[in-house]
Amino acid sequence: MHLLLSTGMSGFSPISAAIGGLCIGLASVLLMATTGRIAGISGFVSRLLPPYEDGQFLVRVAFVAGIIAGPAIYAFTSGTPTEVDVTSNVPLLMAAGFLVGLGTVIGSGCTSGHGVCGTARLSVRSIVATLLFLATAMTTVFLMRHVLGVQ
Amino acid sequence: MTRILATFVSGLLFGVGLAVSGLINPAKVQSFLDIAGAWDPSLAITMAVAVLTTWAGYRVVFARGAPLLDKTFHVPPTGRVDRRLVAGALIFGLGWGLVGFCPGPLVAALPVGATPTFVFALAMLAGMAAARSFVAFQPAPVMKPKPR
Repeated sequence: MHLLLSTGMSGFSPISAAIGGLCIGLASVLLMATTGRIAGISGFVSRLLPPYEDGQFLVRVAFVAGIIAGPAIYAFTSGTPTEVDVTSNVPLLMAAGFLVGLGTVIGSGCTSGHGVCGTARLSVRSIVATLLFLATAMTTVFLMRHVLGVQ
Repeated sequence: MTRILATFVSGLLFGVGLAVSGLINPAKVQSFLDIAGAWDPSLAITMAVAVLTTWAGYRVVFARGAPLLDKTFHVPPTGRVDRRLVAGALIFGLGWGLVGFCPGPLVAALPVGATPTFVFALAMLAGMAAARSFVAFQPAPVMKPKPR
């Protein structure tokens, strides 16, 4: 069961994919150039929770607020509706959300921190983590869609 | 204050990138992960361009020796693959595949305001809190990357 929040077709979109990637890359470079930090979103979000070990709380709020505001401003100015098709299966959402929160904190990063920033630093840890979570996610989708038949 | 503003602008640009690329949409992410189905390779392009841009930009930034608004770079170590890293990546990959949300796109999708997004967000925070309660945390070690 899917909840369609806006109309529009998904499909191969190389141009917008590349422009989006460029924005993400520039954002990561800007953060490192100014504050010397990795643009790792799971780190920024998870450290909004206690314990607070440094005085960076407002900085983290600012980053998260930016990520929330960015797509909203883009949708408003470009007139392109934001497509978010997400399952409405509540037990699945709860299980997946919990695993994503747990795994990104235990593994010290997600697609942004390891996948983009760490890989760009040629970090062995990040490259291994990225390959592992990509392979696991692909296997999960394969099992769900083609073995169990869940859509 | 400047640091907060710079971080906000970076987040803003990051969020725009997530929206423009389509990463914000779990269905598109799952189409990218579904290599045995109607595979949509778009997000491989997003990843590749993001990594190349960051790699090139970091070289310039690290060559300067220090960031503009701080005395030093705060970057995690790059070596030693340990059990915690592997276990975390496997758990995260499983959750990512199940619904198609990872932390950035999830946060970016929040203003769209659908209940499933909030359910996922609350469960993710619970998972983060659980992990933080049993894993000992040190702040990211401070080290200066070698200029290349």
